[in-house]
Amino acid sequence: MTGWRSARAILIWVALALAIGVPIAAAAGSEQLAWRGPVYILAGFAGIIALGLVLVQPLLIGGYLTPLSAYRGRRAHHWIGGALAFAVVIHVAGLWITSPPDMIDALTYASPTPFSPFGVTAMWAIFAVALLALMRRRLELRPRTWRLIHMPLAIVIVVGSVVHCLLIEGTMETISKAVLCVLVLAATAKVMINLQVWRKRRTLRGESVARQ
Amino acid sequence: MAIVVFNRRNLLVAGGAVLATGLPGLLLPARANGLAPTETMSGGANNYRKGAAIMDRIGKGGFWMSGTVRRAGDGAPLAGQRIQIWAHTTEGQEHEPQSHGATLTDKDGKFRLEMPQIIPIFGQPHGHLAYDSGEFKTVFLRPVMRSAKETSLDAHFVLQPA
Repeated sequence: MTGWRSARAILIWVALALAIGVPIAAAAGSEQLAWRGPVYILAGFAGIIALGLVLVQPLLIGGYLTPLSAYRGRRAHHWIGGALAFAVVIHVAGLWITSPPDMIDALTYASPTPFSPFGVTAMWAIFAVALLALMRRRLELRPRTWRLIHMPLAIVIVVGSVVHCLLIEGTMETISKAVLCVLVLAATAKVMINLQVWRKRRTLRGESVARQ
Repeated sequence: MAIVVFNRRNLLVAGGAVLATGLPGLLLPARANGLAPTETMSGGANNYRKGAAIMDRIGKGGFWMSGTVRRAGDGAPLAGQRIQIWAHTTEGQEHEPQSHGATLTDKDGKFRLEMPQIIPIFGQPHGHLAYDSGEFKTVFLRPVMRSAKETSLDAHFVLQPA
């Protein structure tokens, strides 16, 4: 039993590393990079890494990344959330430097590219969650209230990021990109179903690892 | 003094008369206008540099940008019109001067300019074209390639007097 559990833990970590590592490696081999400046390249990879972090988030909170305890999983979830907001800032700032008018169009929802509004909406949702998480104690948000705010925003982030990414024609290789996107959706759906986030409960504390 | 009587028959006759003359009158002018002018596309003017020089080819070439320029209404081809073209290519980014060039339409209102291969920028392989010479209203276009592998792209202008 313990053998199976540790094997399963290793498998999950390997799968996670591949799910994020393969798209990054494939993008790093893209011929498009030859025609791009360093700032644009950095902005692109910040976007790919951000999508990878969106995959890590539900896995952490669902307690699938053993041996992380529930407590450490939640701590990691907070820090990765901060890293996600930071990656998005790098992504947007880098694209702004590369082509200011295109970035302004995107941020004002006036862009001709269909993927931009999805990305920009996900960005605001990420910033909103990060900001609220920072002020959660000060605002004295109860767990139930917090979840009522965080869950819809989490769905906006996940769906927005996935659609944004899938519609872009850029450095990412199509199949590894699609696999990463499907995994992001699947992980989010699984965690939300497993933890029954729609149910009224006083707290989640201590439950995240128990369900496996 | 004439007394206007509003009864059902009068209203039907009057209404029928209005419909018979009024409706085609409202609809026909739209048809008389003929070919509608091209609207500027959103994002079309991004990274525009005024006054690109007329040239035989932008950079080393290998990719063809072509299209037509016609007059709104009657659709007559417009000869000698200056069309400016720029894009993110294998030889430079959109805002860089070497990525910009211009060409003139021939007697049939057609233009064609060789330029370096366009590559995806901001998530879509696309080009930019401008008519900005004053005689007609300025129009900026931003056509998107169906695939980044394509080696040509076209765009069509229908211009209205400024």
